[in-house]
Amino acid sequence: MRLAPDEQAMLDGEQGEAVQAAMDLLVRYGEVLGAERLVDTDNVCGANLFGSRHTMVCGSPGLDAAFSEHSLDAPVALPIPPVRAQSYQLIGPMDTRNWEVQGVSPEERDAVVASEAYSAEHGIHLMNTCTPYQVGNVPVKGEHCAWMESSAVVYVNSVLGARTNVEGRESTGAAMLTGKIPYWGYHLPENRFGSHLVDVRVPVADTLDWGLLGYWIGEQVAEGVPVLDGITTTPDLVKLKHFGAAAASSGGVELYHVPGITAEARTVEEAFDGARPAERLHYGPAERQQTYEHLNSTGRDTHVDLVMIGCPHATLGQIRDVVRLLEGRRVHAESELWVFTPRALREVAEANGYARALEAAGARLMSDTCPAIGQFLPEGTRVIATDSAKQVHYLPAIMDVQGWFGTLRDCVDAAVTGTWQGALR
Amino acid sequence: MSAFTLHGRGLVGGVAEGEALVTSEALSGWGGVEPRRGRVIELRHELVGQSFAGKVLVFPGAKGSSGWSGMFHMSRLMGTAPAAMVFTTMNTKIALGVVVTRVPAITDLDADPLTTVRTGDWVRVDADRGEITVTRADG
Repeated sequence: MRLAPDEQAMLDGEQGEAVQAAMDLLVRYGEVLGAERLVDTDNVCGANLFGSRHTMVCGSPGLDAAFSEHSLDAPVALPIPPVRAQSYQLIGPMDTRNWEVQGVSPEERDAVVASEAYSAEHGIHLMNTCTPYQVGNVPVKGEHCAWMESSAVVYVNSVLGARTNVEGRESTGAAMLTGKIPYWGYHLPENRFGSHLVDVRVPVADTLDWGLLGYWIGEQVAEGVPVLDGITTTPDLVKLKHFGAAAASSGGVELYHVPGITAEARTVEEAFDGARPAERLHYGPAERQQTYEHLNSTGRDTHVDLVMIGCPHATLGQIRDVVRLLEGRRVHAESELWVFTPRALREVAEANGYARALEAAGARLMSDTCPAIGQFLPEGTRVIATDSAKQVHYLPAIMDVQGWFGTLRDCVDAAVTGTWQGALR
Repeated sequence: MSAFTLHGRGLVGGVAEGEALVTSEALSGWGGVEPRRGRVIELRHELVGQSFAGKVLVFPGAKGSSGWSGMFHMSRLMGTAPAAMVFTTMNTKIALGVVVTRVPAITDLDADPLTTVRTGDWVRVDADRGEITVTRADG
């Protein structure tokens, strides 16, 4: 890989050992990729919040050691300087207000709070969400970014036309300190054209439908760049958030095009740069039905212990919808309803009275984390329900529970009655 | 003893050997493996419940969450990492993953390892020379 003079200087240690280690990681990583060079980035989203899970496996205690090992792949504790690039903390392990609900011990809480303070001292913005694009980090078309969080990557690549690969904990840590990332993959314009044409032959109306379509596409195209043809309505942020999250979970979709709607293609021809699609796929009623059954394949018992809304983190509109669906009703005594949102939106939800309304109905508004990332559920949870294809893909595997997938209404009804009665309509 | 050698591109240097664990399905890291025991937990994966600790993992590569590298990094720190990794499809997840797992890794082999290597074969990975030597389990 060719290094620019400033990059070589970093590698030579002119900006200290931590920056040197960061550049060393980027070089090792870039060489494996076969990247020709690095590219400047001033927009990095990573995951540096450490709990005991991370600190106990490091050679020495302390957060410099944890950052060095987990975020830079450096085996010795290096003094970490303030970050160079604009850097953002993604979703973390703990809700700083509802940690007791999560079953977090006071010691563990203190460890995460200390880790947050460490990040803040180093200039990492404590966004604490999987949806930075909802709360102030909205990259512009063509902007080179280094983001983790597959659902956020596919959103900013596709909907906004930003340029990022799915990065990892170590590459984003290194990018924070250096302002560099390998120039590879979706940073190159020639890699951003479509590979598969998806002929959508069924109306894709609500969020459930967008989740089903995304999940099916991910399974079909793996890491391809799908181009959707036949979309007759304009999806909003929520629908595209759920679509991308599903496609990134079942496959590895990092970029898609909905001609006329997403950032980079006005027409199908433009999405393929005039070339022929490598493959044509058809999505109709049978595929829709099959995917729905697939996503509900771990569900057996109809008694629902937990309903989880907010994967990826809920918008204010989704929070409002839950509040409205709960009007005049209460969450069942043997069920829980948890809604997850970015901490910045929780502020607004509180100002709007949504948080109070949820609590009055026996539900709970949470932020900063989610059951899959934080690995927590109400005690004794055996069955969960969610409106997120991504969450029902991961949670049963991670937490060994049964999962039901349905509409927001199906989910709220399940929380109120304690019973799953969802169906594909 | 029937043995054969495949040649490719060494990515992370070193030499290691072990029993092959072969899958034609890409692996999820975060949410797909559990690093305390180096076990696959992805429910619909053909390797679900199996451990890759100390094995030569032969697989297409990485899919799913951006937590891939972090999980395999954690498996190294917990002593459950594969002995070596042989894969076929490059992406950022697998690239960063092999770098931080710090075990010999190789790709771009001159024959498809997913069909020529079988689970249980003994595989020696020499990533410095860019080759793997496979000894059939059934001699």
